[in-house]
Amino acid sequence: MFEKYDVIVVGAGHAGCEAAHAAATMGSKVLLATMNMNTIAQMSCNPAMGGVAKGQIVREIDALGGCSGIITDQTMIQFRMLNKSKGPAMWSPRAQSDRMRFAETWRLTLEANPNIDFWQEMISAIIVENHVVTGVRTSLGIDIKSQSVILTNGTFLNGLIHIGNKQFGGGRTGESAAFGITEQLVGLGFDAGRMKTGTPPRVDGRSLDYKKMQEQKGDIIPEKFSYLPDIQSLTNQKSCWITHTNAAVHEQLQLGFDQSPMFNGRIKGLGPRYCPSIEDKINRFADRSQHQIFVEPEGWNTVEVYVNGFSSSLPEEIQYNALRLITGFEKVKMFRPGYAIEYDYFPPTQLNLTLETQLIENLYFAGQINGTTGYEEAACQGLMAGINAHLKNNLKDPFIISRSEGYIGVLIDDLVNKGTDEPYRMFTSRAEYRLLLRQDNADQRLTAKGHALGLASDERLALLQTKVEDTASLQRYLKSEKVLPIEINKYLTQQDTAVVTEKISLEQLLKRPQLNIADLPSLSKKIQKDLDPYPRDVQEQTEILIKYASYIQKEEQQSKKQLSMETLRLKTALNYEDINSLSSEAKEKLTKFRPSTLGQASRISGVSPADISILMVYLGR
Amino acid sequence: MNTHQDTIVALATAPGIGAIGIIRLSGTDAFPIVNTLFPSKDLNIQKTHTIHYGHLWQKDQILDEVVVSLFKGPQSYTKEDVIEISCHGSPYLLQKVIEALIDGGARLAKPGEFTQRAFLNGRFDLAQAEAVADLIASENETAHQAAINQMRGGFSAEIKKLREELIHFASMIELELDFGEEDVEFANRKELKSLVEKIQGAIQGLIESFSLGNVIKKGIPTVIAGKPNSGKSTLLNALLNEEKAIVSDIPGTTRDFIEDEIILAGIPFRFVDTAGIRATEDQVEAMGVARTHTKMREASILLYMVDLQNDSLSAYQEQLFSLEQQEVPFIIVGNKVDQADQNLKTHVQADDRAVLISAASKTNLDGLKSKLIDVLDLAQFKNSNTIVTNVRHYEGLMQTKIALQKVLKGIADDITHDFLAADIRQSLYALGEITGEITTDDLLENIFSKFCIGK
Repeated sequence: MFEKYDVIVVGAGHAGCEAAHAAATMGSKVLLATMNMNTIAQMSCNPAMGGVAKGQIVREIDALGGCSGIITDQTMIQFRMLNKSKGPAMWSPRAQSDRMRFAETWRLTLEANPNIDFWQEMISAIIVENHVVTGVRTSLGIDIKSQSVILTNGTFLNGLIHIGNKQFGGGRTGESAAFGITEQLVGLGFDAGRMKTGTPPRVDGRSLDYKKMQEQKGDIIPEKFSYLPDIQSLTNQKSCWITHTNAAVHEQLQLGFDQSPMFNGRIKGLGPRYCPSIEDKINRFADRSQHQIFVEPEGWNTVEVYVNGFSSSLPEEIQYNALRLITGFEKVKMFRPGYAIEYDYFPPTQLNLTLETQLIENLYFAGQINGTTGYEEAACQGLMAGINAHLKNNLKDPFIISRSEGYIGVLIDDLVNKGTDEPYRMFTSRAEYRLLLRQDNADQRLTAKGHALGLASDERLALLQTKVEDTASLQRYLKSEKVLPIEINKYLTQQDTAVVTEKISLEQLLKRPQLNIADLPSLSKKIQKDLDPYPRDVQEQTEILIKYASYIQKEEQQSKKQLSMETLRLKTALNYEDINSLSSEAKEKLTKFRPSTLGQASRISGVSPADISILMVYLGR
Repeated sequence: MNTHQDTIVALATAPGIGAIGIIRLSGTDAFPIVNTLFPSKDLNIQKTHTIHYGHLWQKDQILDEVVVSLFKGPQSYTKEDVIEISCHGSPYLLQKVIEALIDGGARLAKPGEFTQRAFLNGRFDLAQAEAVADLIASENETAHQAAINQMRGGFSAEIKKLREELIHFASMIELELDFGEEDVEFANRKELKSLVEKIQGAIQGLIESFSLGNVIKKGIPTVIAGKPNSGKSTLLNALLNEEKAIVSDIPGTTRDFIEDEIILAGIPFRFVDTAGIRATEDQVEAMGVARTHTKMREASILLYMVDLQNDSLSAYQEQLFSLEQQEVPFIIVGNKVDQADQNLKTHVQADDRAVLISAASKTNLDGLKSKLIDVLDLAQFKNSNTIVTNVRHYEGLMQTKIALQKVLKGIADDITHDFLAADIRQSLYALGEITGEITTDDLLENIFSKFCIGK
């Protein structure tokens, strides 16, 4: 019934979809196996993409030729650039999505790719011969052969949903869990663990009184995620709404604490500290009289809304009673209660940087199975696993993004070298070269690489080249174009910045905190005319490069220094026990994590600089 | 491969007291760094494999009289530019020189780093790798042990507090960057500024206690000076109750200085016996005399020996005048009291800075000891509850301070928080050299424990 595939992707969430698309676009024959073809690319939690650090990841996915950015652009109902006041490295795009359109567009995108086949059934096992994966076995007992397998099981492996005292198997509400794979992998020698996450109730928008809430509109000039020009920015946006809990809500929720699976110990898995349930917030921060609630529409047309900030696994009745005490929710009708879910994950320290497992060749893990959380984190892992599965099948060098090239590099390096105890979410603070990893330059960092892989299109490369040339030309112009004191001192005084006594270049002026590139056209008609041809993204980027030159150069130098360590490869067969001079802790950690470069080794806790020096000596320059 | 461009410095001779100590620098800036401290000659234009005599200066103060050996890369141990500075062997002095070089832009070498560079630059073949690795491991072990010993007591607590405050400050910045959308209260610029200033104050205190700390660790430099054959070495031996200095009746026997430590009232005094001060034709002795003058300037306390038997009153008064010109507290030690010239003895005795003893017959040594304790301003030593005693710590603190100065400037210039955070990371990294690494996870931990994060 089935041909032999190059790549089988198990699971069709954000990771699975990007994995299938990447491998297929590069030329692999791909089978995408999912338990339910109607839930491809579900947004299981909130209907939004991006946010701080996550938005940068989506930009990186797009720069490489992935789909998450384009599909978000096509289906968003609101766009905001977060952190606009905090400096260019922090600007973070975020969009509210139409949940149904998002899933539909993903499915149609995948269907449009002739290299992708679909199969709807639970995969109950992988087929392994001599430590090499050779295919998957379905619940009906069908064996499907392939050269590599990518597991993106999300929260489905032995998923257990908790609502109050009730608990039942499931990967999402209304969808059954997947069984068999964890047990098989543990039998093959993998370590498995348990994690927990949760989601808030969904309610009927028709039952809410928005007049009592504060409106949160989208940006006046909305931007978008994709570097491709074909999708227009939104002209019409939907608003979100803000309201708050209060003492009465907290009292109501406390009535259910004895039935909370979080508090009575029924939930064993560790949940994310940065995404606590409402009961957790009340419990840990008892001094706070209220907590913020974001009311987010789930789409253009649907009345379903997402109650962001109210994640809960208390009994449904407690949830309902508490919701009704929130301002604007007095007559609320609930569509479905919030719940907590426990699921299996495999500590990601068992992976190589390509996301291939160390134990079983050609087997890759991506997404929540690796202990991460978030659509963006999952999607980028899927993309990287798909790329690397294709490359390995075609005997090509692996594709690894360094920590100074992208958040994707930071994420995978952290996972593989440090592992994670709680669901791993990206923060900008996790990146040591944050100033280099900006949302405005993801294309400069990654598009050429994506193009070389055969993933990013020729069009993307051409756009990048134009942007780079325009930026260079604008930089030259600003350096050479000088203005006289008489021309600008009046304007400078208006802007509350010091007047000049002699001719000054526009570049010098731009270094002043009080002046922005948008101010320059006001200086003269000529400057206005000269700047006019440069697109907004080119102007923005040029301004960043001029204003923050010293900081950016410093990080570039540091990253270059570190990069020389990253290029020093450590043989995976290296027997660390034989290197007597290493400290015993270093021997143990290096044997456990098997870093592939010296740079990676240097980030493992317990490996001291002296150990690195010793390794450097053993590498023999 | 030559990725190591920064300049490293370390003591190349064994720690402890030798007649000389050699400090070695390697790296691109080795020549410029030493050159700024060595005004005698322009080292940049000297040939490789030459040696040069001169003085090392720090600001307007002579550190030591030294001999500098130049090795231009690749004809050097590390194949980089290398300079070896031969100084006098006092640990106190050597540390001062290393500090001055660090202030000039060098950084303290890691254990085995010279050898490692030599290896990486192709100085050895692979067969020697094992030996190099062992060397790194053993030097690291020694340094580690030393660091642990240092971390006991008040210093450790002080640094721990500093670390926590810095983590708190960095968290405040990161909170606003990563969780700007959260419903929590953010620190304003004024609060941030006062936080940094508080941390700066603590660091400054630690840096200042650094020289004091050395004094405690290495002993209070107490220099015994006087004319040849006035009995300086005899006194030192009497104090030590052992034959340490070479004692003879021939004037000018002590041509270099000899040091040793005794503990009085729980305070270590490092006694330095010097060459006798006189005009001399003997070149070796002349160098010794020159060093004595340097030593006298460095002393915390000066014991000036007067030969009550042989000195003349006019010579004594002349000496006393010149002693009073120096800013070092001193004690007049009238020696050979049992054979004294009565006129001179009466004069000396009348001065309340004087003690009369006989070093040879060990008369009134206790009187001298209690005078020492009196002269020493004990208060400053007893108040030093926190003491930095290690060059590495000094370096880490200096780097932290410099990075925090940039943070303050950034706050004043109103730069955005992502750039402020870049400077803060530098300070976290520098302090991490002392306190152990400070990671993002530490910051996130702090944020999650203090703020209600998450929708």
